[in-house]
Amino acid sequence: MYNLPSGFNRNMSKKEILVLEDILGSNKKIASEIRSKLTQQGILAVNLMSSPGAGKTSLLECIAEHLSPAYKMAVIEGDIETERDAERIKAKGIPAWQIVTGGACHLEAKMIGRLFSEIPSDLDFLFIENVGNLVCPASYDLGEHLRCVLLSVPEGDDKPKKYPKAFTTSDCLILTKTDLLPIMPFDYHQAQKEALELNPKLTVFMTSALKDSGVTELVEFIIGTQQKLLRHNA
Amino acid sequence: MHELSIIASLFEIMEEKAREKDAKKITFVKLQVGKLSGVVSEFLFTAFDVYKKDTIAKDALLEIKEVPLKIQCQKCGKNMIKKDFIFMCTFCGSQDLKTLSGTELLLEKMELEL
Repeated sequence: MYNLPSGFNRNMSKKEILVLEDILGSNKKIASEIRSKLTQQGILAVNLMSSPGAGKTSLLECIAEHLSPAYKMAVIEGDIETERDAERIKAKGIPAWQIVTGGACHLEAKMIGRLFSEIPSDLDFLFIENVGNLVCPASYDLGEHLRCVLLSVPEGDDKPKKYPKAFTTSDCLILTKTDLLPIMPFDYHQAQKEALELNPKLTVFMTSALKDSGVTELVEFIIGTQQKLLRHNA
Repeated sequence: MHELSIIASLFEIMEEKAREKDAKKITFVKLQVGKLSGVVSEFLFTAFDVYKKDTIAKDALLEIKEVPLKIQCQKCGKNMIKKDFIFMCTFCGSQDLKTLSGTELLLEKMELEL
């Protein structure tokens, strides 16, 4: 007989189990449920991602001017702290909800799910402004139909390759603050080229919310996408 | 830095599987992390070690298999591994490509003490 170390359990057995489960599977499941509910209601959901200060809220304010009064929109704002962004949107007469993540660097589908009962069913568009961060939000499907990544002129034209996931998972690239192009060393051809190398399917828009330039094209694209959704439902 | 959120989701799955098997402990966990998953393996290790304390996996070892971005050209049919994430066929230049692997974030397997 061997002297077994104390505490050794003779009956102890080890078993290896194969799982092969997506770690973000539960987020994806909730996101799919949200997407199908929104689709049924004819609401197009748009997830806006960017680094902090790229101009997501300003762009939304400008989009609101273009969509009103023909279309109904609402906004879910994600921020680590404060209700400031939701207040800015509400000041435009647009329904808005603020998700204060209290430190979390991204929104998750369950956070959108919790708000779902409050979202009016007669909307045309639900915009979700993600937490300002070009990395983490990219891993989380929120149930959106369109994912847009914003890149502002002051951030620099070298950002797409530095933060590839945000660009590879998006449908649209929205360059913002283009009114600064004359005074900034930002090569928009280079920025577009880098982004399109990562994701050839990106639709690119050049916008300035301040000068209300290029937003018409973006809004037409969003309206066109919602019309496809409605035709799909019909 | 959303690795802690990822680890929290991982533990939900791990604990559920351990309950199903009536396991006393989880001793080993292996993940597959795609190069384009948007997650940094180094931070996953740190987050795992912080999170595992006072759980059924407190003595568990973590192994991470990094999965390269592998794509298949839909035009010439060739498979290739992309380190630069440039979505263009290395052989024919086509951008009609299918991602085969490299975006996953999987719990591959674990070892339980029954």
